[in-house]
Amino acid sequence: MQLTDLTMLELAAKLAAGEASSEEATRASLARIQQVDPKVRAFLRVDEAGALAAARASDARRKSGSPASALDGVPLGLKDIFLTEGVETTAGSRILEGFVPPYDATVVRLLKEAGLPLVGKLNMDEFAMGSSNESSAFFPSHNPWDVARTPGGSSGGSAAAVAAREVFGALGTDTGGSIRQPAALTNTVGLKPTYGRVSRFGVIAFASSLDQPGPMTRTVADAAALLQVIARPDAQDATSADAPVPDYSADLEAGVRGLKLGVPREYFTEGMDPEVEAAVREALREYERLGATLVDVSLPHTKYALATYYLIAPAEASSNLARYDGVRFGLRAKDARSLRDVYALTREQGFGAEVKRRIMLGTFALSSGYYDAHYLRAQKVRTLIREDFTRAFQQVDALLSPTSPVPAFKLGEKVEDPLSMYLMDIYTLPCNLAGLPGLSVPCGFTKAGLPVGLQILGRPFDEAGLLRIARAYEREHDFFHRSAPL
Amino acid sequence: MALTLEQVRHVATLARLSLTPEEEQRFTTQLSAVLDAVEQLQSLDVEAVEPTSHATLTSSRLREDVTRPSLPPEKSLANAPAKSDTSFAVPKIIE
Repeated sequence: MQLTDLTMLELAAKLAAGEASSEEATRASLARIQQVDPKVRAFLRVDEAGALAAARASDARRKSGSPASALDGVPLGLKDIFLTEGVETTAGSRILEGFVPPYDATVVRLLKEAGLPLVGKLNMDEFAMGSSNESSAFFPSHNPWDVARTPGGSSGGSAAAVAAREVFGALGTDTGGSIRQPAALTNTVGLKPTYGRVSRFGVIAFASSLDQPGPMTRTVADAAALLQVIARPDAQDATSADAPVPDYSADLEAGVRGLKLGVPREYFTEGMDPEVEAAVREALREYERLGATLVDVSLPHTKYALATYYLIAPAEASSNLARYDGVRFGLRAKDARSLRDVYALTREQGFGAEVKRRIMLGTFALSSGYYDAHYLRAQKVRTLIREDFTRAFQQVDALLSPTSPVPAFKLGEKVEDPLSMYLMDIYTLPCNLAGLPGLSVPCGFTKAGLPVGLQILGRPFDEAGLLRIARAYEREHDFFHRSAPL
Repeated sequence: MALTLEQVRHVATLARLSLTPEEEQRFTTQLSAVLDAVEQLQSLDVEAVEPTSHATLTSSRLREDVTRPSLPPEKSLANAPAKSDTSFAVPKIIE
């Protein structure tokens, strides 16, 4: 048993009991990174000095009997989309190479205040646009369960690092499935909170009405504990929610007896891998055995979600990414002679293919003559998708579905076909359009040993309900104990 | 809908992207395919539907408009590709 095999809460218990130090745990994490990251390539950069300094400060607090939080001293990784003061942050893009943020994102500040050492920045699809980590400008990350395959995306580095036990947990962001899909592909737990539950201040923006940070962990209880640290209102984010923050661990073991769980028929369609479907259907039967009632529900506008998302998200991205102009930070094209060239050449040289494709699509959807037919229409369909969920939640407590239609696919398999890559998100992106919380929990493996994830969607601000439902299933299985063959 | 090469060039100008000829060709094909796929939204009757611009389920937060310290110039300029005293520097725009 190595320290890195412990869950966040197991480590926290050892730290509290004085059976291990944060410095030992952080050194174990750093050693594990050195050992397996050449194969996994989850990290864009490791902040050894910063992490060890934070670990020693944590040990001093524990020793004096005044820990900053229950998780004080538990080492964590961060998707490279979170601004970290003094530590380079790139969002996986050349255009931000060398950018050293002058301040911390709110969630980074909260983690530091709670005493968690931050060991480094994790790889991601450029500006979070992608489902495989292959649009990272630097290199693709590999799935610890089969290094020829993708760990998913866009928070693929975060998922891979947690699955490979390089870190005890990580933060990702989810705009259309970017926490849940990589969690499903790597046998980890990923929670996308309700829009507004976690501050977006200092989180590099992709699509501002959809983006939401959340925990990526090995267990459901760890996700609850980590969400507890980062969920709170933030005066620096005007879209942050005032809703009270409950104790996410209080009802974790309450079970599902008496709950009504909806099975949306539109989420069990052709195109789904048969082994994924079998694993998810077995999980549904498990919930029945545990005392829940399954209810057939319909979300009739589901088939329009992909088109709606691929108009709204690129439109917002094209606006957000206008700030990368070569003037204030990041890359500036060396050969630019005029201000116009500073803009156009910098962006041409600094952005990768997928980012350019989405900027082009979004600019088109917002352009004069096409705005009403594309962008405005998509916003109206978004209302219909949201209303589908509102109606369903009058009948049921939560919805169950696969997280991803397929298990981890081979690196390189979908790179040349953007549409087939976009289809990876069909079960995850309606949740973002509706602003709801969603969670992926491990629910088995294919014959080839690839992880499968079960998605649970809930009512606004019912993260506690999702965690409780996920925990009821997790308790019956040992999936999270299994370690990837590295 | 099929985009023309002219339309792709126009959008690239709006987006301040200096695309290569190969990219112009590739995006013409790929964006046309994506626009074909989103065409399906045209079949819905949304005449009476209000648009959702934000998933925020409660009203936006408002805070008191009080002055707070902002980043000092040296921190703001620390990442600048080019600077001059306390300003960002760009190529001359007025002769």
